[in-house]
Amino acid sequence: MHITDILVTGEPIIYGAMVSMVLVGIALLFLLTYFKKWGWLWREWLTTVDHKKIGVMYILSALLMLFRGGVDAMMMRVQLAFPDLGFLNSQHYNEIFTTHGTIMIIFMAMPFLIGLMNIIVPLQIGARDFAFPYLNALSFWSFFFGMALFNISFVIGGAPDAGWTSYTPLSGAAMSPGPGQNFYLMGLQLSGIGTLATGINLMVTILKMRAPGMKLFHMPIFTWSTLVTSFIIVFAFPILTVALALLTLDRIFGSQFFTLTGEGMPMMWANLFWMWGHPEVYIVILPAFGIFSEVIATFAKKRLFGYNVMVWSMIVIALLSFLVWVHHFFTMGAGAFVNSIFSISTMLIAVPTGVKIFNWLATLYKSKIEFTVPMMWSLAFIPSFILGGVTGVMLGMAAADYQFHNSYFLIAHFHYVLIAGTVFACFAGLTFWYPKMFGHKMNERIGKWAFWLFFFGFHVCFFPQYFLGLDGMPRRLFITNVAEWLPLNVISTVGAFGMGLGFMVFVYNVYYSFRYSERETTGDSWNGNGRTLEWATTTPVPYYNFATVPYVDEIDPYLRMKEEGKTTYEESELKPIHMPSYTAQPILFMALLGLASFGLVFEWMYVAIFGLIGGVIMMIVRSFDYDDGYYVPVDEIKRTEKKARGL
Amino acid sequence: MASSNKRVPTNHVIGFVLSLAMTLVAAWAAIGSDLPVSWVIIGIMILALLQAGVQLFMFMHVTEASSGNGHVPWNMMFHGFALAGIIVAGSLFTMSFGFDHDGHGGGGGDHQQHEEQQDHSGH
Repeated sequence: MHITDILVTGEPIIYGAMVSMVLVGIALLFLLTYFKKWGWLWREWLTTVDHKKIGVMYILSALLMLFRGGVDAMMMRVQLAFPDLGFLNSQHYNEIFTTHGTIMIIFMAMPFLIGLMNIIVPLQIGARDFAFPYLNALSFWSFFFGMALFNISFVIGGAPDAGWTSYTPLSGAAMSPGPGQNFYLMGLQLSGIGTLATGINLMVTILKMRAPGMKLFHMPIFTWSTLVTSFIIVFAFPILTVALALLTLDRIFGSQFFTLTGEGMPMMWANLFWMWGHPEVYIVILPAFGIFSEVIATFAKKRLFGYNVMVWSMIVIALLSFLVWVHHFFTMGAGAFVNSIFSISTMLIAVPTGVKIFNWLATLYKSKIEFTVPMMWSLAFIPSFILGGVTGVMLGMAAADYQFHNSYFLIAHFHYVLIAGTVFACFAGLTFWYPKMFGHKMNERIGKWAFWLFFFGFHVCFFPQYFLGLDGMPRRLFITNVAEWLPLNVISTVGAFGMGLGFMVFVYNVYYSFRYSERETTGDSWNGNGRTLEWATTTPVPYYNFATVPYVDEIDPYLRMKEEGKTTYEESELKPIHMPSYTAQPILFMALLGLASFGLVFEWMYVAIFGLIGGVIMMIVRSFDYDDGYYVPVDEIKRTEKKARGL
Repeated sequence: MASSNKRVPTNHVIGFVLSLAMTLVAAWAAIGSDLPVSWVIIGIMILALLQAGVQLFMFMHVTEASSGNGHVPWNMMFHGFALAGIIVAGSLFTMSFGFDHDGHGGGGGDHQQHEEQQDHSGH
């Protein structure tokens, strides 16, 4: 076999991408070698089980994926604004909208939020790490190798091209031969292991490792949203796992679950996919709600209005999220009765969501708002998200959906909820907790530039798309030189580049702040407005998080602690702290499974079997691993805390 | 926990061997045996139940005092069953294309009847 058999050839854009990837790779290798950072990288990051470091790696990967997915998006927008230019051919366009959607949901939104959960949730509940730190590292590496596998598809073997929903029979072996769809299946399967494990891990952490006295209804709202999300993950992801496995069997081993022949049921894929897929959208929006709630309460300097109602509405949303999946394929042709049921259940979700909106407004009401960057993202979220939510209810009416379905109206709707909801929350949360992670804030002035560019770019990009949809422009269409669509498409493309510019300013801000931002001296970074336990830790957070865990019996416990002058360092109560040891097993384990997945993609069974046997060996190694971690002696805690607190 | 770490996990080993054996029996029943189809299906279902039992009692925490003597697992299992119910009943409901409700018959139902008739004529 020759290398050109699996490399993608003949596309100038892809050649350009290959060259730039190789150059960036060489540059990274050179920098790591030149500054002698290999040992540091291995010891401090690749083998870490520290939830804070794993969270940072999640967020870095997610930002990288936001870049990749964003480039895909802008290439699509160029094609749509200048359809006669011949910028992309139809195959390339299909591949790009597929990878854009998959990457943004699976490899950008979820890891970004999981990264924030990783860092913040243990700090908010007074825990020293996850319940299962080893499993947490395993989750990250499974996500990482799944992401890597999916992302190399466009240079090796060809990218998947059946849409992020990968509907059968199109995505089956008969209509999509070759490795493309296999990349989708194996990439999602591999990273799905990690997501499921993280769901279990966070659930156990939150249920079992809260600070003494902290009841469930004392938990910060972001932790609550994480708990609810974990439940959705644990119940929804197995459905995806099964659906992917069935389609993998179809494609690689010739079974007939979703095929047109042999009594397969192609629509069963859509059914199973959306049984996972709808809960999935709540997996990415509930943590976002949690982040906005924290930010709004902090900068409105008030206790979150209707805390209990906020929690219950999240629980109700989680329950309902499992009962609405058919609204994604009303037009399949299920009868009026089926569609009516799911139409009603869909509209029901608007009720608890509306309750949350009013609670945020009530929190803001008569408060003295501090317009920091995270707060601006949160304030922009409310009206933008409502635009997306209201059009969602329109789409939820089964009869009307026959008009809107698969048009740009739908595209505009879900970008309004996913960007104004999830992406704004990622930016808000990252900026908000940035000082906790890196010891300095992001520059506010540049941050506001990034915000305004992204905010206006977003509305300019997606608002016209509602009207494009009403004018009949279908999604996933690559020839759009219809006169009445063209002006709106051009406007939309301008907006997309505005968002791209906003993202670049945001990334520049990371660099600028690293160089020039003032280093934090206290843990309570936002002018002493912190309300929850994460702000009670010092900055940078010591690796054991809390020298002593405070007793908590109310929400916003840090407010009381500040009044009473209590800290997370009570010298008289110090005890040795039990911490988990770093280990190289997770990265090796998942690298082997990544290899197995790569083998399956190309149906090289010996590679796959080799990787899978390696995975089994790693499990056996783990079974006989008696490393119980180590104890941090009291002296070391005292030294660390005195240095961090300047005592 | 610390004391139980270094013991040979007898329960786990027995459970592991049992579940492997049951999997092999199920595979043999489906691939290698000449049993009637309905027997194979019933047999595999019984094996599945036994398999689940092995998992729950030999690997999971159903019998552990620290899980509230199984209260927590049962609680989670209830949710699991509820979800399985939603998946199965929901799929049947949705994928029946609603033909059972609008009185016109057709689609799935009719199709099956045709097949049955063909089967009969074939014999």
